[in-house]
Amino acid sequence: MSSTATVGDLVSQPYKYGFVTDIETEKIAKGLDEDVVRLISAKKQEPAFLLDFRLRAYRQWLQMQEPDWAALGFPAINYQNIIYYAAPKQQEKKSSLDEVDPKLLETFEKLGIPISEQKRLSNVAVDAVFDSVSIATTYKEKLAEHGVIFCSISEAVKEHPELIERYLGTVVPSNDNFFAALNSAVFSDGSFVFIPRGVECPMELSTYFRINSGDTGQFERTLIVAEEGASVSYLEGCTAPMFDTNQLHAAVVELVVLDDASIKYSTVQNWYAGDENGVGGIYNFVTKRGQCRGDRSRISWTQVETGSAITWKYPSCVLQGADSVGEFYSVALTNNRQQADTGTKMVHVGPRTRSTIVSKGISAGHSANSYRGLVQVGPKAIGARNFSQCDSMLIGDHAAANTYPYIRCQQPEARIEHEASTSRISADQLFYLQSRGIGFEEAVSMMVSGFCRDVFNQLPMEFAAEADKLLALKLEGSVG
Amino acid sequence: MIRPDAPVLLEIRDLRASVDEQPILKGVNLMIRAGEIHAVMGRNGSGKSTLSKVLAGHPAYSVTGGSVLYRGEDLLALEPEQRARIGLFLGFQYPIEIPGVSNLEFLRVATNGRRLAQGQEELDTFAFEDLVRERLQVVQMDPAFLERSVNEGFSGGEKKRNEILQMALLEPLVAILDETDSGLDIDALRIVAGGVNHLAGPDNATLLITHYQRLLDVITPDFVHVMAAGRILRTGGKELALELEDRGYDWVDEELASLEAGEAARTPLEVA
Ligand SMILES: Nc1ncnc2c1ncn2[C@@H]1O[C@H](COP(=O)(O)OP(=O)(O)OP(=O)(O)O)[C@@H](O)[C@H]1O
Ligand SMILES: [Mg+2]
Repeated sequence: MSSTATVGDLVSQPYKYGFVTDIETEKIAKGLDEDVVRLISAKKQEPAFLLDFRLRAYRQWLQMQEPDWAALGFPAINYQNIIYYAAPKQQEKKSSLDEVDPKLLETFEKLGIPISEQKRLSNVAVDAVFDSVSIATTYKEKLAEHGVIFCSISEAVKEHPELIERYLGTVVPSNDNFFAALNSAVFSDGSFVFIPRGVECPMELSTYFRINSGDTGQFERTLIVAEEGASVSYLEGCTAPMFDTNQLHAAVVELVVLDDASIKYSTVQNWYAGDENGVGGIYNFVTKRGQCRGDRSRISWTQVETGSAITWKYPSCVLQGADSVGEFYSVALTNNRQQADTGTKMVHVGPRTRSTIVSKGISAGHSANSYRGLVQVGPKAIGARNFSQCDSMLIGDHAAANTYPYIRCQQPEARIEHEASTSRISADQLFYLQSRGIGFEEAVSMMVSGFCRDVFNQLPMEFAAEADKLLALKLEGSVG
Repeated sequence: MIRPDAPVLLEIRDLRASVDEQPILKGVNLMIRAGEIHAVMGRNGSGKSTLSKVLAGHPAYSVTGGSVLYRGEDLLALEPEQRARIGLFLGFQYPIEIPGVSNLEFLRVATNGRRLAQGQEELDTFAFEDLVRERLQVVQMDPAFLERSVNEGFSGGEKKRNEILQMALLEPLVAILDETDSGLDIDALRIVAGGVNHLAGPDNATLLITHYQRLLDVITPDFVHVMAAGRILRTGGKELALELEDRGYDWVDEELASLEAGEAARTPLEVA
């Protein structure tokens, strides 16, 4: 017989981004205490308010426990065995890209993120973060002409401290949860975006996160503010080398949206997922939350989660303003031994607030994939509406999918609808497509992208095709 | 149409196949030349669908012996998609539903794969729309079916028409139609049979698996084969089907029993 597989033995395509860049790195010693927090703050020459913010978070963190309610299993993390700051050795952030270490530029080119002047993506401005620091941001001047600030958060602390002080920690308070507290204490870099009143950001903004060191945690912090009537579309991507140890990634993202403003936040997460036996891979514990503070404001989260050994992530919307809108579109794919517990929270506070949740979980191999979502409607949210759709697709016989929808409603007239389905890619479906001349992998990818279409349609055009390819790649070997 | 000098499209020799170690095909022999229409009949469970799926390359069946040549080439060495691209077509007894995959997109990708293999250029979406609308008429199908997911929620008869639409687009050289007639109402049977006749020509061949003479009234077979217990027990002309209609399959049991007794008696001798 031909080598045509049976559902269960296509072997995983090697992870394309698993290389390590050989570059001199400045690292501080392993472990975490108040001095480390002070040291990070000092290295970044931060103003006093920020050091206070960090110290307060650190002290809160000491009192907190790792959350244990997610459907995830992993050995205890030793927080004293992690390096909390690592940066490629280059003293100051360079004013011109020509001065950036060519090895770094090369790394990003290899990842498909050209940041050198000649090869930039047209109409996408990129902030490139390598381990703990941002190494380059493109198109800054062009954006500045429109009053848009797009830079690393370290730079923003120096150049726009008043904005940072006004907004940082106001959406995700430092004691929000264990990982958010840890991040607030030790965050090293990340992106800052500010779109002033009435401005529609003239290009896509994008941050690309790269973990390079094997023993370093990555704690980035992103803050995006859209003033009245402003709008922006932002995309983040991430990859990491293959190590046989686990790296901790605990990021915080905060979005603030005022009257009539909107933020569209897209993620294509492709951290290293570990090997087929579950050795190595990133532990991804991320807190993402947006606040629709203004009336008629809008936040849309789109995520394509394909990497990480463990994903713990619930991008949420607090819908305060009247008629504000929150959206969550998610594809989470797990293969081999990956575990994902992901979903969203939609908190309806203001009247006539609306939210939409579309979650597509794909589990292959021996992986476990859970959707966990909360729809909460407060007493003042008169006329609030929510629609949720949670679909799971199983590939092979050993994968697991779970759905945990929570509803808390204090508004009797709110309309909350929930639909859910589970399906399986069967050997017969694959054979049917193959018997019409469609290759095995293309057949899988047709079925998977059909399943994910509602979510991919939400991605910025430049990235939708990429997401399709990424999923196909990740599934290579999982069906057979 | 029988032409002894027509090229051989498919040659099955002593084909044996099993599923989960359980032998199902026990030595099938069959030769099909261009221009011919063959009918395979036989009791439920005699192995007709298994034969068709083994030919198409279904991964659940393992070939344990024998050979299949497709225009002189080893068919069994090819992946299912390669077999399809070079012109083998299987119309499924139970067409599969594929939610989320648009029928139109599916038909386009399939058609283009076949075209590329034949050295023709791929059709863009517009050119394909034109082609598919033309071929829809072969089966008198509503264009609305193009917008739906592959077979999803199609009625039994609609699924069968969709199979023939695929056949009309792929223009196979050897089409195996597994009970395409079952589940069709009288009008649909006429339409589908008309489609098959329309597509049959001197350069291709059709293998019809069916239980009913009413299909063979509209599509006249050149050969009728009776399958039993995983092999072809008897081959005849179209009159064999009429005989079956008349006599049923009881005689098959007798013939099979004596065949198997003969084999059992022979085996030890051969060993010795
Ligand atoms: N995947 C399978 N697993 C187990 N048994 C199978 C499988 N496929 C076929 N068989 C068995 O092989 C035998 C032949 O089945 P097949 O479907 O080929 O019969 P058929 O001649 O097409 O019958 P029908 O006229 O009812 O369609 C049956 O006994 C069937 O149960
Ligand atoms: Mg059958």
